[in-house]
Amino acid sequence: MAADLDRCTGCGACVVACHAENNISTVGAGQAAIGRAKHWLRVERYWEGDFPNVGLKFVPVMCQQCDNAPCEPVCPTYASHHTEDGLNAQVYNRCIGTRYCANACPYNVRFFDFFNPSWEKPLQLQLNPDVSLREVGVMEKCTFCVQRIRGTQIQAKAEDREVRDGEIQPACVQSCGARALVFGDLADPESEVSRLSRSPRGSKLLEDLGTQPKVNYLSRQSQA
Amino acid sequence: MTHPSEPRINNDLLRPLLLTSWRFYLLIALFGAFVLAGLVAWFSQMYFGFGISGLRWPVYWGFYITNFVFWIGISHAGTLISAILRLVNAGWRRPVTRCAEVITVFALMIGALFPLIHLGRPWLAFWLFPYPSERLIWPNFRSPLVWDFFAINTYLTGSVLFLLLPIIPDFAVVRDKSTGLRRKIYGALALGWRGTPKQWHRLETAMQIMAIAIIPVAVSVHTIVSFDFSMAPVPMWNTAIFGPYFVAGAIFSGIAGLIIAMAVLRKFLHLEDYLHPVHFENLGKLMLVMGLLWGYFVFNERLVTYYGNEPAEMAVFWRTQRESFAPLYWTMVICNFVLPLVLMGIRRFRTITGCVIASFGVIIGMWLERFLIVVPPLGAKYLPYSFGIYRPQPAEIAITAATFAAMCLLYVLFAKVVPIISIWELKAGEHPSPSLIPPATEEHPLGELHL
Repeated sequence: MAADLDRCTGCGACVVACHAENNISTVGAGQAAIGRAKHWLRVERYWEGDFPNVGLKFVPVMCQQCDNAPCEPVCPTYASHHTEDGLNAQVYNRCIGTRYCANACPYNVRFFDFFNPSWEKPLQLQLNPDVSLREVGVMEKCTFCVQRIRGTQIQAKAEDREVRDGEIQPACVQSCGARALVFGDLADPESEVSRLSRSPRGSKLLEDLGTQPKVNYLSRQSQA
Repeated sequence: MTHPSEPRINNDLLRPLLLTSWRFYLLIALFGAFVLAGLVAWFSQMYFGFGISGLRWPVYWGFYITNFVFWIGISHAGTLISAILRLVNAGWRRPVTRCAEVITVFALMIGALFPLIHLGRPWLAFWLFPYPSERLIWPNFRSPLVWDFFAINTYLTGSVLFLLLPIIPDFAVVRDKSTGLRRKIYGALALGWRGTPKQWHRLETAMQIMAIAIIPVAVSVHTIVSFDFSMAPVPMWNTAIFGPYFVAGAIFSGIAGLIIAMAVLRKFLHLEDYLHPVHFENLGKLMLVMGLLWGYFVFNERLVTYYGNEPAEMAVFWRTQRESFAPLYWTMVICNFVLPLVLMGIRRFRTITGCVIASFGVIIGMWLERFLIVVPPLGAKYLPYSFGIYRPQPAEIAITAATFAAMCLLYVLFAKVVPIISIWELKAGEHPSPSLIPPATEEHPLGELHL
């Protein structure tokens, strides 16, 4: 994935789309205020400079799907593990809730289910049938919308063709009005996301920790 | 120093077993109530959801892990201290060893509960066991939590054996002094002990093996506990000093726990003739040494971080040094360093009262130390947007209080059913004129004892 910080307006549509797509339960204002909200994707807001010359910078932060992920080796039950195609999978049913992965994650993008999720009627009718619900006591996090990736792969296989570049769109990418987020195959040098990842503006979040994250941030050039 | 005679030893040390006063039941009721409150808190946490605790994003470990590390630390009182004192054949250890070994076993049991209490889904904790499942799924042997599981189980098994072995002759003493059902129970526990030279020889060999084996196990256990932190790329956690730092802190807090337990036993079981001021003084000196070692480690950790000046680490550093956690940090320094140094360093203060005061300081200080290792780094991890706070809630406080009560409860119950001072070792230390016998042979005439 690539995130162009020049394009990000901080609107938060991606956050809402992520919640809807992945059946992320909302926890209510009180719980959210003390830090129990589960935003798999969050838009970090940083102010830069001194008043009156202040600039505003938005950074959408989701699971960076690290190649060398600190969350994986620490999980005692393999709930957090690396898939063959390079995703950091979280197997909810295997999770016993040590929360060690969340502590090891430098990006703080893992979230714990403090209570059993619930939806006020009739909101339960809008749950996504492709995504499992998580019960109390497990960790959850951004999956790069793995259900969409697998769905598209199966579709392509059925039609006996390769997956086209840009065909897979995670909910955040699909909902981004400014097209700040781009998703694709980094292994394919021709894909748009590969092209963006080679941009001189590109950098990775906390790159010096050696986690080898798979999200490229294109730094901001303009002033706002 | 007076040496009580043999019949008096039996009489004094068996009295708590044979006579029960109303104060015993009162203590049991008091500590039991706290333990019950803790159990209620734990079950409501399972029933209502983990959210009744104060944990929140991004501070996912709090009181529970603090208690875990703290109690595993306390458990180093016993086995390590008594094993070392046994190996160097320190004669003064005799009345101390069992009090210490009991602390180890109970503190480990309590400490080992916390990884369960803190689990999101404790009913699935058996997934940490390497059992052959039909789906061929094993625990992740790369995870420090799995190492913990093995280390703690090894240590618990070892220290239970280490505690039980030297009790066998004492069980036999109780068996011989009692009648009826009690005689039957203690007879079974004594495993047919007759006090023959062959049995003494075997016991001595077994004790020697256990004393040697348990030391590396004890050291490794707390090192592995420290790996829970130092293996994660979290500022101020990822440091090579944590292994020895944790072990030193563990022995430090263990000695403090032992001194408090001994002082309480001495007062309430009237063991003034057995636990002398010199025992406290010696343990106090040991505590002084560990306190200096602890101070050295903290100084090292802090100075290296400060010089390294890495931004993420400095955020945590200043948080503890002069921001929100500073009051706790400086309380810790006073309790763990200044107080023991003054009280144990000056001979005039190295009395029983002085030792107990310093020990309470160390217990508080070491608990804070563990808390300050766990919480501040999690709340200030790299991205400033994701910094957070932690406020413990009643459930966690109740469970924490319950563990202290559980320790007292188990200790009181144990002192009720087992002589808390090793009777046979005390007698073995009693020679007509100790100065005539070279220290090295002191242990050997065990076979001639007729207990």
